Amino acid sequence: MEPILKINNLKVCFDTDGGLAKAVDGIDLEITKGATLGLVGESGCGKSVTCLSILRLIPSPPGRITGGEILYRGMNLLALPDRDMQRIRGNDIGMIFQEPMTSLNPVFTIGDQIKEVIMLHQQKTSSEAEELTIRILDKVGIPSPEVRIRAYPHQMSGGMKQRVMIAMALSCNPEILIADEPTTALDVTIQAQILELMQSLQDESGMSILLVTHDLGVVAGMASHVAIMYASRIVESGSVGDIFSNPRHPYTLGLFSSIPVTGKRGGDLYVIPGSVPDPLSFPEGCKFRPRCLFAAEQCTAEEPPLREIEEGHKAACHFSKTIDKYVWKEKTKTASFLISDEQHG
Amino acid sequence: MQNTRNTEELAHGLAEEVPRLTEAWRIFRKNTLAVWGLVIFIAFFIVAVSGLLLTTGENPVLDPAKVRLSEKLLRPLTPVNTEMVKPGDRPVFGIYLLGTDDLGRDVFARMMQGAWVSLTVGFVAVGISVIIGIILGGIAGYYGRLRIKFMHVLCLIAFFVSMILLASGQRGPALDSLAVTLLLSAFSAVYHYLAAKGGTGPKILDFLFFDTFSVDTLIMRFVDIMLCFPSFFLILTIVALLPASIYNIMIVIGLTSWMGTTRFVRAEFLSLREQDFVSAAKAMGLSDISIIFRHMMPNAIAPVLVSATIGVAMAILTEAGLSFLGFGVPPPHATWGNILAGGESFIFDAPWLMYIPGLSILTVVLSFNLFGEGLRDALNPKLRKR
Repeated sequence: MEPILKINNLKVCFDTDGGLAKAVDGIDLEITKGATLGLVGESGCGKSVTCLSILRLIPSPPGRITGGEILYRGMNLLALPDRDMQRIRGNDIGMIFQEPMTSLNPVFTIGDQIKEVIMLHQQKTSSEAEELTIRILDKVGIPSPEVRIRAYPHQMSGGMKQRVMIAMALSCNPEILIADEPTTALDVTIQAQILELMQSLQDESGMSILLVTHDLGVVAGMASHVAIMYASRIVESGSVGDIFSNPRHPYTLGLFSSIPVTGKRGGDLYVIPGSVPDPLSFPEGCKFRPRCLFAAEQCTAEEPPLREIEEGHKAACHFSKTIDKYVWKEKTKTASFLISDEQHG
Repeated sequence: MQNTRNTEELAHGLAEEVPRLTEAWRIFRKNTLAVWGLVIFIAFFIVAVSGLLLTTGENPVLDPAKVRLSEKLLRPLTPVNTEMVKPGDRPVFGIYLLGTDDLGRDVFARMMQGAWVSLTVGFVAVGISVIIGIILGGIAGYYGRLRIKFMHVLCLIAFFVSMILLASGQRGPALDSLAVTLLLSAFSAVYHYLAAKGGTGPKILDFLFFDTFSVDTLIMRFVDIMLCFPSFFLILTIVALLPASIYNIMIVIGLTSWMGTTRFVRAEFLSLREQDFVSAAKAMGLSDISIIFRHMMPNAIAPVLVSATIGVAMAILTEAGLSFLGFGVPPPHATWGNILAGGESFIFDAPWLMYIPGLSILTVVLSFNLFGEGLRDALNPKLRKR
């Protein structure tokens, strides 16, 4: 099926005092119509920068998109004039942010804020827009929306505010919803509600979702495809089934081994050694090499490209043909950096 | 049924949640001095408006310009001498409430007329300075990080040269310089159009478009330069060059007092622009203008409001000072400053001629300052004592 959004070789840099920081270094992504793509990675790996680049919201200076293209329905968003880009924002591509607490303007009622977006993108009178606002607030599960449209953001809880943000992002029926860690700031029960809400709205409207998160559990529940990012590049991508049942990159394998399993006692929990490299001084060759159990000479010499291992399943590792979860299990048995039960329990 | 009841309860709950203004008023009310400031401010407003109504027209109730040479330098509350003054020339109550000056003019009528001048000077001047301050501060805060291209610096320089030439009365060179400005801007517009079309502009001309300093540097250093001038003397110079009129004075005071507002607005914008709701507004497709003025400005307006009330007091004081020095509103129109100036020569014979306008200025300025400070405390949650 034809992808609705296609990112080719996107490169984003930030000018800092310490030099040029490559936040995103040549990534490719594809979002199919009506599907959800999960983008997973640690803090600082370039997930949010990727999202912001799609809407061209990278603060500039210091940020710069230095290469690549972002094709939305065949249109390169990076080459569009500002005026056309403004029409796409909110109308074709909506976005919700991590912090619902600060994402709404404190001095306006939520009704006014949603109405403004509707009236900006659609030819609607004020009273029509208000009706639509009430309807959409009702749809995202705000009780008594006809009263709540007169509420200010500080009169609502975090979960409610995130619902309002979703309502605002969806008010113009966008084709794509970019959700930048939509549930990170919420507590667990609310998280589930918000995800469920997004799922049901997607089923209803057939929009595509780009779900950015560092929570693999969220991805498993929501996404049909997953891309794992590490240090400004995608290290593995594929369908949820591929990634979760047959991970082939040492980083992905490490991630799965470091998730505690509920109910399982006595086992050791794996920790990926070291920490994320500084974007100002990435290691030579493969960026994951210093933390990798399988590092070899070849890894220093050459950065592995993202290669297809199976149909639709790609990994960026020289040895991904041979590495899988069985090899991984053997290897980690002898590894010395496991957190033992006493330490983490 | 259940649902409607629920809705009503909710509506009730929301109504009870006090809006921010009510909350601010509650805090303001506790500050006795500020409340007195507000009371005097309102009283002054009423006096100024009635002063305007009573002293203008064909046969004003209070005639500030009526000269009665036989009645000069009378003490306050002196009854009119009915033998010397014709019935039509007598003050309204048959008594000189605040005495008369050296030409026998009724000081009460003159004070009433002057109050309106002070009020308009205060508000118009502050209005001008707040508008300039908000626009420049907003641009400096929001677009601050953008760098200005060398070409645009050239445009700016040419524009300033033309303005200076125009101000010094050299029409010809000024027009030439303005033409250069237009040519340069047209040139850079074409360059940017080509750059937008072809991805990169014509390579040969790139040397004219290297980055220089940032927008923030340009505006804030200009603010610093303006602050370096001793503003009262700057105003004196400009007023000496311009024809004496009340409007010129308002404009000049406004044009020389916007720096504080600019700094306040910029400072607020620097923290606001990093907030998520600004990114969210951008992601919804709102234009920059709408983000700056509709979404960020209401969040930044509280300190501006406070500095504006104090600014009104400053403007009144400046106008009084100018009138006292004889550079203000031209006679016979009365202002508090020139009543004060007129009284200076009779300080021992008729001290009320200085006390009355002096005390009035003191009271009004003090009340504005107290009101402004009370407003600041009420609007700034960090200063609230719980």
